[in-house]
Amino acid sequence: MPILERAGGTPEWKRRTTAQDLMVWTGWLAGVALAVACFQFISDRTIWAFVWDAPQQGADLVSRMFPPRWSYADQLWKPLWDTINIATLGTLIAILFGVPLAFLAAHNTTPSVLFVRPVVLFIIVASRSINALIWALILVIILGPGVLAGILAIALRSIGFIAKLLYEAIEEIDPSQVEALRASGASNPQVLAWGMVPQVMPAFAGISVFRWDINIREATVLGLVGAGGIGMQLEASINTLAWPQVTMIFILILGMVAVSEWLSARVRHAII
Amino acid sequence: MSATNAGTAGFDAAAAARAWRPPPLIESPLLRYAVYLGALLYVVLGVVTVEVNWTRAAEGMGRAAGFLSGFFPPDFVSKGDDIFEGLMESLTMTVVSTALGIALSIPVALGASRNLAPLPIYLFCRAIIAVSRTFQEIIIAIVFVAMVGFGPLAGMLTLTFATVGFMAKLLAEDIEDIEAAQAEAVRATGAGWFSWIAWSVLPQVKPRLIGLSAYRLDINFRESAVLGLVGAGGIGDTLNTAFDRYEFDTAAAVLLIIIAIVLVCEYTSGWIRRKVQ
Repeated sequence: MPILERAGGTPEWKRRTTAQDLMVWTGWLAGVALAVACFQFISDRTIWAFVWDAPQQGADLVSRMFPPRWSYADQLWKPLWDTINIATLGTLIAILFGVPLAFLAAHNTTPSVLFVRPVVLFIIVASRSINALIWALILVIILGPGVLAGILAIALRSIGFIAKLLYEAIEEIDPSQVEALRASGASNPQVLAWGMVPQVMPAFAGISVFRWDINIREATVLGLVGAGGIGMQLEASINTLAWPQVTMIFILILGMVAVSEWLSARVRHAII
Repeated sequence: MSATNAGTAGFDAAAAARAWRPPPLIESPLLRYAVYLGALLYVVLGVVTVEVNWTRAAEGMGRAAGFLSGFFPPDFVSKGDDIFEGLMESLTMTVVSTALGIALSIPVALGASRNLAPLPIYLFCRAIIAVSRTFQEIIIAIVFVAMVGFGPLAGMLTLTFATVGFMAKLLAEDIEDIEAAQAEAVRATGAGWFSWIAWSVLPQVKPRLIGLSAYRLDINFRESAVLGLVGAGGIGDTLNTAFDRYEFDTAAAVLLIIIAIVLVCEYTSGWIRRKVQ
């Protein structure tokens, strides 16, 4: 924090030197310029006439969306159940595969830093970078449309997520407990079961519930590419411009997400 | 180890009963078994009600090999222009929506902090956050596409809206946790509301703000890659078209590009977060 001399001889506090000030302003200028240039690019690809009547379109859309077709809910309970299944079973499968991968990837538990770890890290990265919707797109082509493709898409996306967060948790455990067990003569599996697993258990439970919560949301849209769940009904209703049905679906999704968020918050509080 | 095992080879029931066991996760045995039973029941019910067309799946398995071999070698060239266009749309969408979303999320976050805002404003800002967070980006994109037409503008608006909910919620949590003494000290000097926010609240939440922004930039790119599936522009559009035309080699190229950019984004955002925190 430089103190600059004023002309009158009274020192004045300044946060930055002039050079630092200039740097900061140049940074801001560059950032804003980049954002504006990017917006220009988007703007060139936009038909603004359609945008200007958006308020009108929006009002029109809302007027067509209300009142919701309440009777349509009767056909939605099964898809809703499917959606919950996609999220939950997908998360379970992901836990099944993600946990071993995490132990293989963590520095302090991997059998081989040179051979196993890089392979596992690549699996984790590939799984994480591809969105569940894209996994679903590929799986629908292979397995045909349906819930199975959805479950596997959720699982494939979640394996990397769970494995990454869990192996970071494993790497951060307190080594003194592990050492104490080793000093008492415990074998490797015993060290794992009594020294490491209890330490990462809260993190593991938190990660699983967190991912399940995310998966509930993701499962609502997998149907758009044919991978089962309530998204199939959403797609069908939008294609037939049946907006009152769309509203009904939105209401159910809202309810389901609220319940899942409440549930995961409860579980997290109970564990941590 | 083996010596002690040999010594206690005979099973000692009394000792086994006295042996220490770790405490169970759920204290009450009744509740514990009810939870176990409920979970088991759910899994059975869930697995049973999943309708799987096994014949179709089995057929697909045979075709999967041919389908996957269609991915190799990835073809970056023949649809190079489409890929470049989609990529530019995705990247510009990401930049604009992140910048705009952060700018808009700051006032919402201030309004959603119970220690700063009066109750009506608090509830209003919390409602914005709740709506934005409930719906998956794709669903919001469908609504925006219906309103402003196909193209990257719809995607940009979607991501901006999602960014506001995400950033405002996490930032508000941090603002609610600030050190009250510093805020009071600045207030005691007679600072106005804006100087108060700028000199007591902002410095305390700045590392988190920067970290979250970097994280959101990363998320926004990932999401921009799928918004194209509903017509909101970006590289997802290119990918979808490639799948529709059975040009799997182009699809493979697009997927590789997505993975590469996600990796770069992730490392950069991780580096920024480590640096500020």
